[in-house]
Formats: sequence, structure tokens, C-alpha cells
Amino acid sequence: MKIDLENLTIKKAHEAMKNGGFSARELAQAYLNNIDKDLNAFIVVFDDVLEQADEADKRFKDGTAELLTGIPIAVKNNILIKGKKTTAGSKILENYKATYDATVIKRLKEKGVVFIGGTNLDEFAMGSSTENSAFGVTKNPHDKTRVPGGSSGGSAVAVASNYALVALGSETGGSIRQPASFCGVVGLKSTYGAVSRYGAAALGSSLDQISPLGKNIEDVEIVFDCIKGEDKMDSTSIPDKIYKEAEKDVNENKKIIGIPRHFLKEGIDKEVLENFENSVNKFKELGYKIKEIELPNIEYSLAIYYILMPSEASTNLARYDGMRFGFLKEGENLLGDYMKTKGEGFGKEVRRRIILGTYVLSAGYYDAYYNKAQVLRKMIRKEILKAFENVDAIITPTTPTPAFKIGERTKDPVQMYLADIFTVPANITNIPAISIPSGFVNMDGKELPLGLQIMTPHMQEKLLFKISREVLS
Amino acid sequence: MEIKDIENLAKLSRIELSDDEKKELLGEMDSILGFVEQIQKVETGENVSEAGDLVNVMRSDEDTHESGVFTDDILAEVPKVENGFVKVKKIL
Repeated sequence: MKIDLENLTIKKAHEAMKNGGFSARELAQAYLNNIDKDLNAFIVVFDDVLEQADEADKRFKDGTAELLTGIPIAVKNNILIKGKKTTAGSKILENYKATYDATVIKRLKEKGVVFIGGTNLDEFAMGSSTENSAFGVTKNPHDKTRVPGGSSGGSAVAVASNYALVALGSETGGSIRQPASFCGVVGLKSTYGAVSRYGAAALGSSLDQISPLGKNIEDVEIVFDCIKGEDKMDSTSIPDKIYKEAEKDVNENKKIIGIPRHFLKEGIDKEVLENFENSVNKFKELGYKIKEIELPNIEYSLAIYYILMPSEASTNLARYDGMRFGFLKEGENLLGDYMKTKGEGFGKEVRRRIILGTYVLSAGYYDAYYNKAQVLRKMIRKEILKAFENVDAIITPTTPTPAFKIGERTKDPVQMYLADIFTVPANITNIPAISIPSGFVNMDGKELPLGLQIMTPHMQEKLLFKISREVLS
Repeated sequence: MEIKDIENLAKLSRIELSDDEKKELLGEMDSILGFVEQIQKVETGENVSEAGDLVNVMRSDEDTHESGVFTDDILAEVPKVENGFVKVKKIL
């Protein structure tokens, strides 16, 4: 029997598995059969997918199945699943098998989901194109000569191409929303602290968040509701009582959208702006009020990000020392072991960011770069909070261009970094943001997806989902 | 920045680099630092700490696990092991 994967949702799949339309095993098999290796979305497809599905089928038989039971999920390969190869896209973890489950994985396992595999990513989530993976580039399903975005490129392709129903990604500066936009799917970046990062390979700890990608808002919301919540293993996770309190403020009648037009002037494709105006008109038709807002320092977000993130990365990645886990290349002495292990184990972009982070944190430069960036980060946060006193949500295009060609930006790091110009502000201010499909643009005879970004105040994902649902309706 | 700065940074970060890569990195550092330099234009004033009430976020040791239950899994990932110990080169 043929399952219509293209139009499947979590609720539809659940109903079908409950009513005998198809089994979890048949569903998992349908996704496995669909995987096109040429796109290179997965670093590893798990060898026990059907066994996991059989366990889910048992739960449907004994009546303990829940909404997520048997739902096939792809997981970015920087999130630990016990016993499974977890590489973070790096040679330094090429043969590493996770020794414990990340909190998000533990929560999904309790529901009985089926993990399809670990998806490709830029090494340690450092990149905007998935070209920095030690396991080869992932290709965009809409045009195989183009990148899928990154760093969660494999997860975005897995959802867009029906290799899994939903996927987990991770964000530090747009790593879910940007590939979601390039691949035409929905990608969430939740409030910093909404989801525990315990068990995710750390990049920038003041920015990192795990969140879901899916084909529609409902699926993304279901997965988010499962993985979110306080976790004693991540001291930055927000206590449930604080979250509940904040959610009380969500007013169903919030209808004012802010647009920082001064931020949308430089470096944006004409087609992207036209597409954005179509979205603005859609909001108007739906009865939303549009207000122009000023965020005076938001244009510095990307520069701030490229100071803070490498600083945090250079610290976080010190742990890959060839002693306790991962790759070891021996030198003449202990120092030689470190030098060779990191020199050969880390790829180019990772080495670049560690060196950059080490520089901006070094004596004499710390105040001019790191401290200055911290102060500016706070200023921008205040500006955004002030803007939210007058508007309920802020919108921008997710990215300034559609997916670019493979190899086009690899020689110029700053050009690559500019792909995240609109997504980074939500990370440095810790607010939730989402990218939803907003149509297509024709480039070289191929239809390439574009995305609309919506941002709301801290802990207001519910409002984000509600607005997104209305715009997509 | 000069080549010897790149060499110092590489040493501090414990990363071995080839001569070609040092040159390449020098150019890239200049370009990236040139980009992030723009923040110097903004008047920000002093960095004022805004920490709220300080709370201890460290976990207490109350949920201890049975000794040894994770040992085999963890040691299986260690590059060099001897008699149940992680083996490293001489430190002093």
C-alpha cells in the first residue's frame, strides 16, 4: 500500500496507526524507501529503525500509544542518542557513539517515536550551507546545484524530501530558520531556555537552542510541546512556573505587526523584498495592523554575533582533546597529542572560529571586542523589548537571498556569514522566532522557496504559532 | 595581525597549522575583524552588570547512581585505555 507522505501530518499518521490504516513499521519503511542518498541528508541512517517501529506498534496494540508514538523523526547529528554514532559533522567525532541520551531524546523516546537517522550538518553547527561537514555537502532538493542552508541542512532536507515526518535541529544564529527557508519547510527557534540543551554538542552556550522543523505549524508545535520544559541537567532551562506565567499574557486578539524597514534596505534580493511585500499584504487582508518600527542598533547584530559565538565556541571546543573520547592523533608528547588531534580532527571553519575566539578573548582585545559586544547585545535586547510594547510581533524575510550555489560563498567567510543577517537578532536577544514558507522565486528555471520570519516576545511561542497558522491558512 | 600572531593564537588554542593555512587564516582574520570592527562606531558607555538575584544553579549530589554503571560505555569511547584507566602521555 502507498502512504501519501507528502500530505501526512502527525495527527493523520496517528489516526492511521490507531485505526489500522497502516502500521508504524509500514510508515517507517515508507520513509526509508524514500531516502535519496544523492542528496546526502543523513550522516547515518539507523539500523534499528524497523525494530523501533515494532515497539511503537506494540504500544498501539496494548493501548499505551500516544500522539507521537511511531512518528518518524530525523535528528541533527549533534544531538546525542545513546549507542548511536553522533559525529557533530566532524572528523574528531567520526567514530563516537553517544554514551547517554540528550534530554530532548529522552522525552521523545518516552513517547515512542521512531528515530530514522542522524542528519548532516556543518561541523559543530558552524556554517550556513552544510558545506562545512566532514561528511560531504547536502544538496537542496529544489535544485541540486544549490545548498540546503545550514547548519541544520540535513534536517531541513529530510523534512522537505519526506525522509522523516519531522526533524530536530539546533540553532545558534539561524541554523534552523535559514535552512527551513531555503528548503521550503517550517523551522522554529524557541526562546533561549525553553528547551534543554543537555546532550547537544555545545557551540555558543549563551545562544544555543534545540528546536523542531516540520511541514506545518501543528507538527512543529506538537514536537516543541514534547521537548520543552525545565530540566535539572541544563541550568539555563526556564522553570515551568515562569513559562506558564508568561503564557498567561498571550492574548488571542494580538494583531499588530512591526516591520523594521530601515533594516531591510541593503543586500537583499529584489525578489525577496517583493515576496516579503506579498506577505505584508496577506497580514493586512487578515486584519492585522502594520506598524513601522525602529531598532537603532539591530544592524550590528551580526558583528556582535561573530564576536560572541567564536568566543564561546573556542571555550566549548577545548574539550575535544583526544583523551577521553573521539579522534586521537598522537604527537611526540602530550602537547603534540593536543596539537595534532585538533589540527587534523577539526575542519577549516572550526579552526578559523577557535582562532578568532581566542583572539577576541585575549588580553588587550577583550574590552574592545568581547565586552563591547556584550554591552551592545544588551542594548539591542532593550530596543527589541521596547518595540514589543507597541507591536505584538515583528516580521522580516528569513534570509536576504534564496538558496545560493554550492561553492559560491566558501572562499569568503564574511559573505557566508551574511546569510544569517536577519536570523541572528533573535538569537542574541533570546526571543523565539519562526520561519514559514512564503512562496517561490524562479532562478535559472528552478523554483526556489523563500521564507518569512516572525518573532514574538520571550516565551510567547503560542502567539508565534497562532500568527503563523493564520498567515499560512 | 601578522603571521606570528596567528602562530601564537594557534599555539594557545593547541591547533597545529600548516604554513599555507597560516597565510590563508591571516587574510581571513583581517577580513572578519574588518567586518566586526563596525561595533566600535557605537557609543555604548560602560558595561554595567545586570545580574538579578543570584541563585546557585549547581545540582546537588543527591541523585547519585550506582558506582560503575556507566564505566564500560564511557571507556569504550576512550582512545587509549589501560586497566580501566584513561591513558595519556607523561604530564611532567
